[in-house]
Amino acid sequence: MADKIRIATAPLAGCFGCHMSLLDIDERLLDLIEVAEFDCSPLNDFKRVGSADIGLIEGGVANTENVETLRDFRRHCRILVAVGACAVNGGIPAMRNQFDLRDCLEESYVNGIGVENPMIPNDPEIPLLLDKVHPIHEVVKIDYFLPGCPPSADSIWTFLTELIEGRPVSFPYTQIHYD
Amino acid sequence: MNPASDAGIFTERLLNEGGAQATDLLQYLCSIQQHYSCIPPQAVETLARVLALTPSVVLGVIEFYSFLHRTPRGQFDILVSDSITDQMLGSRDLLQRLCDRLGVCVSQPGSDGRATVATTSCTGMCDQGPALLINGQVVTRVDNERLDRIVALVQAGSPLEDWPQDWFSVSDNVYRRDQLLDEHSANGDSLRVLLDRGAADLLQELDDSGLRGRGGAGFSTALKWKLCRDASADERYVVCNADEGEPGTFKDRVLLQSWADTVFEGMTLCAGIIGARRGFLYLRGEYRYLLDSLHTALENRRASGLLGSAILGEPGFDFDIDIHLGAGAYICGEESALIESLEGKRGIPRIRPPFPVTSGYRNRPTVVNNVETFMAAVRIAEHGSAWFRSKGTAQSPGTKLLSISGDCRDRGVYEYPLGVSIEEVLSDCGADDVQAVQVAGAAGRTLPPAEFGRTLAFEDVATGGSFMVFDHTRDVLDVVQNFTRFFAHESCGFCTPCRVGGSLLRDLVDKLHDGHGSEYDIREMRDIAGLMQAASHCGLGHTAPAPVLDLLDHFPDVWRQRLAAGGFEPSFDIDAALSEAKQLTGRDHSGGRMGGDV
Ligand SMILES: Cc1cc2nc3c(=O)[nH]c(=O)nc-3n(C[C@H](O)[C@H](O)[C@H](O)COP(=O)(O)O)c2cc1C
Ligand code: SF4
Repeated sequence: MADKIRIATAPLAGCFGCHMSLLDIDERLLDLIEVAEFDCSPLNDFKRVGSADIGLIEGGVANTENVETLRDFRRHCRILVAVGACAVNGGIPAMRNQFDLRDCLEESYVNGIGVENPMIPNDPEIPLLLDKVHPIHEVVKIDYFLPGCPPSADSIWTFLTELIEGRPVSFPYTQIHYD
Repeated sequence: MNPASDAGIFTERLLNEGGAQATDLLQYLCSIQQHYSCIPPQAVETLARVLALTPSVVLGVIEFYSFLHRTPRGQFDILVSDSITDQMLGSRDLLQRLCDRLGVCVSQPGSDGRATVATTSCTGMCDQGPALLINGQVVTRVDNERLDRIVALVQAGSPLEDWPQDWFSVSDNVYRRDQLLDEHSANGDSLRVLLDRGAADLLQELDDSGLRGRGGAGFSTALKWKLCRDASADERYVVCNADEGEPGTFKDRVLLQSWADTVFEGMTLCAGIIGARRGFLYLRGEYRYLLDSLHTALENRRASGLLGSAILGEPGFDFDIDIHLGAGAYICGEESALIESLEGKRGIPRIRPPFPVTSGYRNRPTVVNNVETFMAAVRIAEHGSAWFRSKGTAQSPGTKLLSISGDCRDRGVYEYPLGVSIEEVLSDCGADDVQAVQVAGAAGRTLPPAEFGRTLAFEDVATGGSFMVFDHTRDVLDVVQNFTRFFAHESCGFCTPCRVGGSLLRDLVDKLHDGHGSEYDIREMRDIAGLMQAASHCGLGHTAPAPVLDLLDHFPDVWRQRLAAGGFEPSFDIDAALSEAKQLTGRDHSGGRMGGDV
């Protein structure tokens, strides 16, 4: 095998469940690294994306850091994939969209039970929040959407192998239906 | 305004007078809303208790209908028609002016309890707009002067009865008459024919006439009646669909205003043929102003022996008609949603089959027809099928009423033989420099001049009667935006393809409209449109993407010049989305700008 396929992954506003599901492919990881290698990913703890063939994004866009990471991935990945409900739709974090940002922050940092020294955090190190949480395709162009909360290890596996082998991606019914 | 505390007593009284049937829930709610400008909690509690429903069922019905509210709207509930043709006549400026003068924000009840100002879907006054509904009564032809006088009356708290009554007058504006719109109103002749010839024979006549439903879908009327007649059941029902919610349609309003007798006779004729003893006129809430005259017409028919028991002295020919009001839900024009609404429920379309002809109102065989269809049936009974077939085409016999509005000289109702060309209609109504015609309403087709040679008939361009004209001063994208917003608002929310797809389409059209749409978004629109057409539960979802697809297919110049450079644009302004956080944290300068480069 000539050059290996380079895969980068990033968690934005999600719960890490999609990354756990990726790990759930278990021993197939060994098959995967026969043909692929990881660029930046929480799995190897490399922080910045170099250059990748496939970028897998978990989570939606909730703050400035998410926007920057996502744009960085778009610039450096040939194919960018929205993995899981939060990346595809905004998911659980987007449930805050029905409230004003002020109410969310005040509930957490001012009025919440047990809060000491109540104030809305304003340290310049902290990424600024967007007023609403957005799915990632509203910020950059996305090539593939892999649904699920999280997508099962099997569907992640099907997706990666078919994509890497250059076949049209299609799933067995059981992998993408939840009823 | 009566204090809400007596709402429980008021509701008890309504229930006592009305027979306390759960199927009348929506009717009770309409009366309570009209009285209190909301449904007070005591009313909810009383309705639930007496009708043996749970409070959540009652609340669910309230939440479903646009004209029902849980918080008071105030002494004056003012709704500005948001139909595209009303907008073209200046309704948006009027809305703004109204809010400014009354010191209120759109859709937010004023703090003094005086008034609420909001928009509403097409009120069916497109030929005499811009139109308002004030406490359910229509005010037509509103201009700045009339508006300022309205504001003064509202501020003075003057009751509607004291307002100049000519403001509430609604004209017919009939410009062309043919088979249907003749001078006489039905006085039982068609029913005499029925008694002379018998139901089977008259049904055959109706079949020979080739009459197809005038509500838009064009199903054979004779077949519908026959299926219902043949279905075995203890009761059958006749329903006249006067929901007329399709933007740009108002011909049923004219029929109910000036030919109500003929419409009621059509329902009676149907009842005689299928063996029904009870019928309903489902009248859209926007046409509440017609209630009194319709009730009078029913009374007169009862007094003349044309309604009630032993009609025309025929033993066993018993039939009577109730009027049920809608409450601002376009979906209730869909026949199975209409039946749900008649039963007092949320207007969610049923799973079909079974179709209403075998299982409709209270799961009994039910005929649902458009207002105009009943009228045509009367004429066929009176004059015969050959007479009817002398107009129209082989596949679309007879005539059709069109409601013409938009950029033309003479807005109003026109009756044409089916098969008339769009060109001919345009020339008759005095429309020139036409850029596009919207046939059959928001759910219909947007046609460019190259298609004006086509004909209005079921085999070519089918229509329920809406015909809106747009000249070259109009932006077709404004039109499409209005329609996609309409569908997103009117989706009943039952199925995901329409509920979510409709909102996504609305957002994408907004994006394109504002100059941020990209080629990527165009592909998205086509994908979503295809999915909605293939997977929606009812006709609303199937037709909702039509304006977008017609825009993309027939008006490429309109959208291409609006496309943003580059293949992709974010769907929102990221810098604007950060401003609130910056303000809350006092970090105006840190964090920087995110806009631009992708
Ligand atoms: C979303 C939707 C709205 C409709 N609105 C109306 C309406 O306002 N009036 C009407 O007569 N038919 C309407 N229809 C069609 C009815 O479902 C039904 O086909 C019609 O009332 C049958 O009568 P006809 O055979 O006389 O046309 C609507 C259909 C859909 C899907
Ligand atoms: S298509 Fe739309 S209107 Fe029809 S059932 Fe589905 S959500 Fe309701």
